[in-house]
Amino acid sequence: MKTIRVAFVGNPNCGKTTLFNAYTGANLKVANWPGVTVERKEGETNYKGQKITLVDTPGIYSLACYSIEEKVTRYCILNDDIDVIVNIVDASAMERNLYLTMQLLEMGKPVILALNMMDIVQERGMEIDMHRLPELLGEIPVVPVSARKRTGLDVLMHAVKHHYEEGPKGHVVEYNEETEQKIREFRALLKEKNPALKNDRWVAIKLLENDEVISEQYPEIAAKVTDDTFEKRIINDKYNYIEELVEECLFHKEEKAAWTDKVDSVLTHRIWGVPIFLCIMAAVFFLTFAVGDALKGVFEVGLEWFSNAAFEFLSAIHTADWLISLIVDGIIAGVGGILTFLPNIFILFLALAFLEDSGYMARVAYVMDGIMGAVGLSGKAFLPMVLGFGCTVPAVMATRALEEEEDRRKTIFVTPYMSCSARLPVFVLFADMFFGKYAMFAALSMYVIGMITAIVIAKITNSMQKRRHEHALLIELPEYKTPNARTIAVYVWEKVKDYLTKAGTTIFIASIVIWFILNFNLQGMTADVSASFGAYIGKWLEPIMAPAGLGMWQVVVALISGISAKEVVVSSFAVLFGVGNANSAAGMSQIIHNLAEVGFTAVNAYALMVFVLLYIPCAATVGTIKKETGSWKYTLKMAGFQLLLAWMAATFVYQIGSLMI
Amino acid sequence: MTVFDSIPGKTYEVKEILLAEDITRRLESLGIFSGTKVDTLNKKRNGAVIIKARGARWALGKDFAKGITIREVE
Repeated sequence: MKTIRVAFVGNPNCGKTTLFNAYTGANLKVANWPGVTVERKEGETNYKGQKITLVDTPGIYSLACYSIEEKVTRYCILNDDIDVIVNIVDASAMERNLYLTMQLLEMGKPVILALNMMDIVQERGMEIDMHRLPELLGEIPVVPVSARKRTGLDVLMHAVKHHYEEGPKGHVVEYNEETEQKIREFRALLKEKNPALKNDRWVAIKLLENDEVISEQYPEIAAKVTDDTFEKRIINDKYNYIEELVEECLFHKEEKAAWTDKVDSVLTHRIWGVPIFLCIMAAVFFLTFAVGDALKGVFEVGLEWFSNAAFEFLSAIHTADWLISLIVDGIIAGVGGILTFLPNIFILFLALAFLEDSGYMARVAYVMDGIMGAVGLSGKAFLPMVLGFGCTVPAVMATRALEEEEDRRKTIFVTPYMSCSARLPVFVLFADMFFGKYAMFAALSMYVIGMITAIVIAKITNSMQKRRHEHALLIELPEYKTPNARTIAVYVWEKVKDYLTKAGTTIFIASIVIWFILNFNLQGMTADVSASFGAYIGKWLEPIMAPAGLGMWQVVVALISGISAKEVVVSSFAVLFGVGNANSAAGMSQIIHNLAEVGFTAVNAYALMVFVLLYIPCAATVGTIKKETGSWKYTLKMAGFQLLLAWMAATFVYQIGSLMI
Repeated sequence: MTVFDSIPGKTYEVKEILLAEDITRRLESLGIFSGTKVDTLNKKRNGAVIIKARGARWALGKDFAKGITIREVE
């Protein structure tokens, strides 16, 4: 028996992917469509012995072919041997969803309407005439489903199988006479030219609409379209038809909207909107970093225990010293250090999933639009930037909330300058050592410098942009709904998995590399850091770092090790200056004494702090940026820029500071 | 007048869309073109507007709001 190929097509946020996942579970094949980087997911399912391949397409509003997503979906339906189209429609926003349906019905393939979110429709007291609706859609099967509650799934697949055997139904929308006459004329021409063409009505309509792709295929017929008002008339007729349909099939529509309007009148209030958002952000921030850090403490204790146990176990079985060092000091310390961030990541994405699924996230873009727009960033960019104060890794991941690739990259570019919590120990240590009673101000000034840097860079990149696209907010504000536990669980799990796998592999490699350069030299392994590769590199870089007041090899090595994670700068200073605990009073005075010997003063310390603030945040961030932008070139360029900026700023601070003192 | 000048709580009809081709197309596929009825729901000082058209709510930035001309309907 032939496998039926089914495409899932629908508007963004109609629950398409949730439904797709309900069928396919984890057996997915993810690939890109040829030539474009839009993800294509394929999965298998089985209905009563009938093998069915499901293809998930990107969410679209129309098949007009103006965006990549539209092109991909159309390409998929026409060229991917799709047998049946399952059109997923958000029943609670039927009017808008049906426009795509009207287009799909014209494509000449069997269409099945999966009416999703019926539970929300009922929750809101709306009613849909399930008898009249299929009648008005040309007798296609209309199957109520709930992707969230996993109901109606078998019925839908039954309809797929049945309808596949039955073939497509006739068209639904009759256009005005003039249009219909043209369509008839074109269809005759098309049949003459290509008798095997099945979807000639659709092609004729597309030709009338001046569709780029189709017009190229039939240039002679396209040349006959002299009147460019057909396209508008066709759209209008479709919408008029939908209006009639909704009028006939949907009842108690107004009441449901009232509630969302009421909530919106508070949450998007012209004055209160921003303070409310800031309070919500503060709550997310508190949960992520106060509660998360408490859990992180538990993880850290666990990690220390594990690390000690591993050490003892490896010693007991007489493992070679270098291997123990690699596993314990290199891998467990590096990878484990990243794992301790897991509670923060988990809580953060739990909170974000909650905001997203309830429908609030879309409002953030509106609320923050003006403020962020002043520096050329999208309103939604505010959220990742604030998260950057906690940890840059989840912040960069949170930029996924931005639809436009350009906005995303811009936000990813400036987010690392929001000083993350891992830099704080470095600031605290050096501020305490060199600035006495002004330590607090010295540390705080780093946050201010970071924010100013982010704003200035955003402003500059914005003014440098070649294509100054109209600063454009166009976003749908969905109805509020109660967040669904399953949706949230899937969302959080995906993010956590990403974090563990992608950032994990990068960290794993980085840990080994850094362990290697600090423990080896040309003669082999060495216990003396000052004779390691790290020290060679440090000494080699001394002249470059000298103008910034950082031309001591120990400092250079500490900064290099800081690329694995910023806190490491502190522990590296301890190791490199032979101090047990850098944060103790005795340890500090020892470091100060040792630093003073190499001519390191308060000015150098401040230059160091500025450098730490601005240079490459950490390997995990670099790995995440690579993952999120999909480009090593971009990631490396960005890292290079950060190094250059850090060096210039530190040099500026050191040179000016030296003049003043 | 344009959506930018509209008053929250009132209903309008779109007269014309004076925006770049791709934006106009996008709005069309969302059902917003000449003749569409829109309700202005909310507005901010900087000019971003929330409208309701064909059963969906849309947040429009200032530049978009200024490019959609409308007339008031009862």
